[in-house]
Amino acid sequence: MDSGFDFDVIERSLGYLFREGMTFTITLTLIAMTGGIIFGTLLAMMRLSSVKPVAWLAGAYVNLMRSIPLVLVIFWFFFLVPYIGAWVIGSNQPIKVGAFYSAAITFTMFEAAYYCEIMRAGIQSIARGQVWSGYALGLNYWQTMGYIVLPQAFRNMVPVLLTQTIILFQDTSLVYVISATDFLGAASKVANRDYRLVEMYSFVAVVYFIVSYTLSLVVKRLQTRIAVIR
Amino acid sequence: MHYSWHWKVLLETEPGGTGSYLHYLIVGLGWTLVTALAAWVIALVVGAFVGTVRTTNLKWAVRAGNLYVEIFRNIPLIVQMFLWFFVVPELLPKALGDWIKQMPPPWSSYLPAVMCLGIFTSVRVAEQVRAGINSLPRGQRFAGTAMGLNEFQTYRFVILPQAFRIIMPPLTSEFMNIIKNSSVALTIGLLELTGRARAMQEFSFRVFEAFTAATVIYLLTNLLVVLLMRAIEKKVRVPGLIAAGGAPMAGH
Repeated sequence: MDSGFDFDVIERSLGYLFREGMTFTITLTLIAMTGGIIFGTLLAMMRLSSVKPVAWLAGAYVNLMRSIPLVLVIFWFFFLVPYIGAWVIGSNQPIKVGAFYSAAITFTMFEAAYYCEIMRAGIQSIARGQVWSGYALGLNYWQTMGYIVLPQAFRNMVPVLLTQTIILFQDTSLVYVISATDFLGAASKVANRDYRLVEMYSFVAVVYFIVSYTLSLVVKRLQTRIAVIR
Repeated sequence: MHYSWHWKVLLETEPGGTGSYLHYLIVGLGWTLVTALAAWVIALVVGAFVGTVRTTNLKWAVRAGNLYVEIFRNIPLIVQMFLWFFVVPELLPKALGDWIKQMPPPWSSYLPAVMCLGIFTSVRVAEQVRAGINSLPRGQRFAGTAMGLNEFQTYRFVILPQAFRIIMPPLTSEFMNIIKNSSVALTIGLLELTGRARAMQEFSFRVFEAFTAATVIYLLTNLLVVLLMRAIEKKVRVPGLIAAGGAPMAGH
């Protein structure tokens, strides 16, 4: 290997890195965030349900997801999704699913477990009287949840939900293990092609740092704003 | 569509000939634990130091501590893994870098993996230590000073012993995180539990048997850690406190 570093490689591949890689990373993050928060909220409502089997089922799912490494979950879904897909459409061959869809499903299902715990804490932070007053007004369970409890719980938990999303943004880089071309994957391909690992990985670290740190500052500002209003 | 299970594969000999696949996975668990434990020592020592420093009145030290935390918190674990594995040896003096790169197989991945996980987790430990210290009443510090202790002694004899007892539960979950996170080391070639499950899947084509076995082993390990830590937590709990503090954190 050359002893000198060649940082031109970054400039030459900027288009590829951001148009292919970063687009993949950001799309995946947004999909998993949206799906994860929706599923997570449903899971949280299930976990708090008075119907024991429902609460138990949701609890088992969340604890399972939180007990095994994300890398293993990525492998699980990467091989499992083609089978589930085949089962859904009634085919007897596993269907072909691209790395992106596989990753989107994986991260949605995985993050749902973490968002669930956040939303559960959020729901539990609401005073019980709020629920009773909902019922007293003649609202049913879904209306009480939808109009009274969840909006408040969600608002209280926005900073934590966003912090979790920053972690999700960083964790999407693990799709490297299924050879997807996210930001890290794209950089890794260039790095190995041109034998410029030091330059590329340092650049990747700097970009992730800038994005994550900026987002965390936004969350911090939001946190103080929400704290002041209440 | 159905999948035909073939559990006996776990008892078949793996291609390396070291024993059955099950044995191969258990050895993987061994590597997972050895990696996690070594990294945990680094995480505790560095994390306790950085977390404590950030609660002192030394402005420059607080700032340095904050910088440290922000750097290692905002770069993905796998990228940090690559930095330790590919980049750090190139930046070190040539002789040292070459020595690291030429270590025999598991060690050339093991050392960077331990450093990476240790430093990565130290940041999270530091946050917990800081939160634990800040959760103590200010009076504790004043009492220390009133008794004639200097700042170091106040930390050593009054603040830290209480803070550490308070943050035992969050530290437990950080320890479980380090076990899970050690699976990222497979990307730099360390054959720990997840890496071996993946390898087993490639050798034997038994996808779900391999991953199910690994999942069960992780669950059992978690269970053991939880039981062990609960016993320790019970022993060290500060009497009179309702529940332990610690920073509420999003995480994995």
